[in-house]
Amino acid sequence: MADLFFFLEVLIGGLLSGVLYSLVALGFVLIYKASGVFNFAQGAMVLLAGLTFVRLTQILGSEHPWDGMFVLALAITFAVMIALAFAVERVVLRPLVNQAQIIMFMATIGLTFFLEGAAQGVWGSQVHRLNLGVSELPIIIGDVLLPPLDLVAAAAAAAMVAGLAVFFSRTRIGRALRAVADDHQAALSVGIPLQSIWVVVWSVAGIVALFAGLVWGAKLGVQFSLTLVALKALPVLILGGFTSIPGAIIGGLIIGASEKLAEVFIGPLVGGAIENWFPYMLALVFLLFRPQGLFGEKIIKRV
Amino acid sequence: MKLRKLSMAALALGLLAAPEAFAQGEQFVPVTIYRTGAYANTGAPLMVGYMDYMAMLNERDGGVGGVKLTWEECETGYQNDRMVECYERLKGKGPTGAAVFNPLGTGLTYAILEKAAADKIPIVSLGYGRTDSTDGRVFPYSFPLITNYWSQSTAKIKFIAVKEGGMDKLKGKKIANVHHDSAYGKETIPVLDEQAKKYGFEVKHYPVAHPGLDQKATWLQIRQARPDWVILRGWGVMSQVSIKEAAAIGFARDKMVGVYWSGSEQDTVPAGDAAKGYISAAMHGSGTAFPVVQDVIRHVYDKGKGNGDKKEIGTVMWNRGIIHGLVNIEAIIVAQAKFGKKPLKGEEVQFGLENLNFTAERVKALGAENLLPPFKTSCRDHEGQAPVKFQQWDGQKWVMISDWVTTDQSIVRPMIEVSAASYAKEKNITPRSC
Repeated sequence: MADLFFFLEVLIGGLLSGVLYSLVALGFVLIYKASGVFNFAQGAMVLLAGLTFVRLTQILGSEHPWDGMFVLALAITFAVMIALAFAVERVVLRPLVNQAQIIMFMATIGLTFFLEGAAQGVWGSQVHRLNLGVSELPIIIGDVLLPPLDLVAAAAAAAMVAGLAVFFSRTRIGRALRAVADDHQAALSVGIPLQSIWVVVWSVAGIVALFAGLVWGAKLGVQFSLTLVALKALPVLILGGFTSIPGAIIGGLIIGASEKLAEVFIGPLVGGAIENWFPYMLALVFLLFRPQGLFGEKIIKRV
Repeated sequence: MKLRKLSMAALALGLLAAPEAFAQGEQFVPVTIYRTGAYANTGAPLMVGYMDYMAMLNERDGGVGGVKLTWEECETGYQNDRMVECYERLKGKGPTGAAVFNPLGTGLTYAILEKAAADKIPIVSLGYGRTDSTDGRVFPYSFPLITNYWSQSTAKIKFIAVKEGGMDKLKGKKIANVHHDSAYGKETIPVLDEQAKKYGFEVKHYPVAHPGLDQKATWLQIRQARPDWVILRGWGVMSQVSIKEAAAIGFARDKMVGVYWSGSEQDTVPAGDAAKGYISAAMHGSGTAFPVVQDVIRHVYDKGKGNGDKKEIGTVMWNRGIIHGLVNIEAIIVAQAKFGKKPLKGEEVQFGLENLNFTAERVKALGAENLLPPFKTSCRDHEGQAPVKFQQWDGQKWVMISDWVTTDQSIVRPMIEVSAASYAKEKNITPRSC
């Protein structure tokens, strides 16, 4: 019975971690869906958002989570992420319209270095505590331990995903985003304003980055390591597909649960610390059978 | 156009004819630092403290023995390949080349260990580095000074034994070693296994994959295993996450003992209330109540010449930078007494490092009483076997909770000699006799 509880505990812990990976993966999916660009800078955007927010709470003198200054800092950071979207569209993307995807990808690598340097240059490289007001005392049901922060984050992430799914499928902008993703030139020819669509999608990705920055910042402390959470999102994307929001969620859950189960039950047999590479191996095996990912679009080209 | 070409030519000639950036009467000290990357928040303040100490000597005493200290930073980003680049770039600078390197990372130390020995430039790895290089007969140019990893580990087990009521009370106890899955993290596995055999406790090792962002799997295993004590061998973000995960599974923080590199404000402040009660080994004191620290404030920061943020003065990592300054520069002072008051070569500084003698009187004269432990090095012993203190986080600051705890050389030294002899055999090195 104790073994069953332990298995359940590891499984639930893994699923909750998976939701947090999905949060980061979502930012990648949003931009890929709308522009066909793999945004290498998503991790750096999480760092920028988290660092800007936490330093603003300090400068504005926020004393408690969710007091007036806390909310003001959140609003300003929100504005910073939208301003970043405008700047990226104007400086990075606009000059590269209709260029090959690999060129856009390289541009986002450059953007990563810029954002990492700028965030640390402006706000410093010190580690900062971020308190979201969620209790750190675990909830124990039966003999299964549940961390409250992960539960709250999972619930909030679920709400965010539902909102994004509605946005993409039910609104005009959502349909326009999908059209732009299919073909820039065709979308332009039917009057879809490419520039403003890009600003919208980078803004949404910026807000997802802010959300991820808050949740991961509360877990890790706000510091450079936030950029590294992007590494956790990559196997999720491979598994779930680069263009599917449900794929990012399901992929996150599979990756989270399998890496934790593997670490606990296989790890001790092979020396441990396998949770960094195990998800990549799982994703690779998966690719052998379904190269487009779990929910990715199967690309059929006429030759 | 002609004028422009002439100006360019003049500029080029000027650059070619530019004098050496370092004056002849200066001692060059390379500073390899990581102001960027995952470990910047702990690495940068330490090297800032080191530079602040040298700046203070220049301001207060006009350098060391009348020789001005100069330095140049090189960013390693805590990457081994960049450490090698920095080493190559800095080793020949200054009138006599680099005096001594402080890589600030065990992997970084391994990366240049053999090169530095070939170039006769000493490496100081203060509280870190390759443990068996304590045997100076095999490793003449490596100095894992003050307390190496293995010695520190024996002091930690002694501290745990005191808390349990004596060494005999360790029998049957369960200790979990939660370690960074790296050269640094794995370094104490052999000595802990040896101590477990000797004292009859059970030790289990839990590697945490770099950088340690998500450790749920590890801590759920610890919850299952229910150890009596946890030794935390973390670095950077790993330590804060470990402390928070320990709180999440309800493991008592005052039963967790971190190593030197998991015992700074950077490890506890981000963990918030979860860190209250957490214990770590301490190489030195924290705070500003030391004459040497006051001198740095007066001669450097009050004149606006600080190398970092004034808020970091007195923190554990910044004070460790001062310790780096005290030890490295003392080696130059000792070497100057033998070779003369002039800029020294690496191999001359090596003599100084091998003949350090931090007596209580000398420590006091340096303004570092209660900051730096007394220790003495020799050709045979490149560590110094300094004792270790233990500190506890009270929610706001570190508080010392022990006196200096001596290390157990009856376990450590034989292991070092066996390991060093094996290295000597593998590399075909004839050990020096001393």
